[in-house]
Amino acid sequence: MRWLSRLFEFVGKVGLFSLRILVDWLKPPFEFAQLCRQLAEVGNKSLALVVVSGFALGAVMTLHTRSTLVTFGATAMIPAVQAVSFFVEIGPLVAGLLVAGRVGSGIGAVLANMRASEQIDAIESLSIDSFKFLVVPRVLACVIALPFLTLFMDFAGLLGGFLSEALSSHIAVALYLNRAFDYLQWSNFIAPTLKTAVFGFIIGSVSSYFGYTTDKGAKGVGEAATNSVVVSSLLIIVADVLLIKCIFFLFPDTAI
Amino acid sequence: MTANQSIAVEFKQVMKSFGTKCVLNDVSFQIGQGQALCLLGRSGTGKSVTLKLIMALMRPDSGEVCVDQDNVVGMGEQRLSLVRKKLGYLFQDAALFDSLTLYENLALPLSRLTKKSKDEIDDVIRRVLADVGLGSDGAKYPSALSGGMKKRAGLARALVLEPKILLADEPSSGLDRITASEIDDLLMRRKVEHGTALIIVTHDVHGARRVADRIAVLDKGNLVAFGSVAEVSQSENDVARRLITE
Repeated sequence: MRWLSRLFEFVGKVGLFSLRILVDWLKPPFEFAQLCRQLAEVGNKSLALVVVSGFALGAVMTLHTRSTLVTFGATAMIPAVQAVSFFVEIGPLVAGLLVAGRVGSGIGAVLANMRASEQIDAIESLSIDSFKFLVVPRVLACVIALPFLTLFMDFAGLLGGFLSEALSSHIAVALYLNRAFDYLQWSNFIAPTLKTAVFGFIIGSVSSYFGYTTDKGAKGVGEAATNSVVVSSLLIIVADVLLIKCIFFLFPDTAI
Repeated sequence: MTANQSIAVEFKQVMKSFGTKCVLNDVSFQIGQGQALCLLGRSGTGKSVTLKLIMALMRPDSGEVCVDQDNVVGMGEQRLSLVRKKLGYLFQDAALFDSLTLYENLALPLSRLTKKSKDEIDDVIRRVLADVGLGSDGAKYPSALSGGMKKRAGLARALVLEPKILLADEPSSGLDRITASEIDDLLMRRKVEHGTALIIVTHDVHGARRVADRIAVLDKGNLVAFGSVAEVSQSENDVARRLITE
């Protein structure tokens, strides 16, 4: 039972931490310079990872689906399968997990290091609200950047899929895109992409929580980095289930 | 402290514990404006906690911590912000912000807490960096600075707002004797030329003897000796006497 009470304690603390982030978002002063810095950190520096991963995943997925669809004589469906699976699920989820790995560990480690080396105390000693200065811009940057990174992932996946398919069947770009977007509705595209903003909030807030609240010195830096990745990845997958149910509720036609 | 000298920092019956460990037990002392106080004591006796209580980075369990006559315990953020402008804090490892250059580290408090223009901020930073001997290092990141340079940079950041009271946590730790002496000289100059009150946590007795007007010795959370170097040298408390003489 002890672990259960610790779990509830942890959920409560993270919940309050996240609530404080939401409240502080709306209160001035707004840290635009810090936000821009973090957007570059989260967005720019994750772009190559997301694009290369999306491209490779798209190519591999086409190779797999082709061998199956050939059996049923349905190779014309390959672009549609590729587009729907990437835009609806693979793109958002994999982008979320990749960013959790790269950015989540970074946020956890950086903040824990700042805590251990008294940089957070130094910020407070300058009468700067360290929570608003360090945590809020990082979370906001994750929320803003993740939907855009997901779009890059989706289109990189589609490109990888096209090149893979073009090598096998010499399909033209226009025909591939035509078939790809034939089955895709706006609701298939917008809601799953926007749900990654929630993933971004999870990554930013969970990682910031582990980094900002650590009190274990240098040992806490490694722990914060590991816990940030593990817990935010887990929460992304759990949140995905709930968000999909919400999307089905809000856009019933996407559930069919 | 002379009669016409105003009190810079005063502790009144301050208690502070972490769990079951009492780090400050009914500690009371005061230091006047323009004086230098060195806090001595074995590791873990509450010296750094004393500085953090003055800066209101921690709250005592009971008692009052007054900075320039204002009790900072339980003070609201807005008033605390005004009090903190009077304080400069040199952290043990300088605590410079890794992601900012030295210039940006110094510009941050100036741009946030003053209404100075960009040119005025440039002037102040150039002057303060020159004062600590880092005039040509403004573009460097903290990772490119040596231990002694980091201490100087931390001191520059602590001084950039022209504080009335400077808190320094082991300013000479990890430095060779010559560099430590240079840091002591910078602190002394600050006291003499600007009338800044200094509260210095140190294990460097040689430096403390040189800089301090008053010595305070903490042992197991208790203030066991307080007075001039000569007075503490003749203290009845064994720990205090050994710390200052050996």
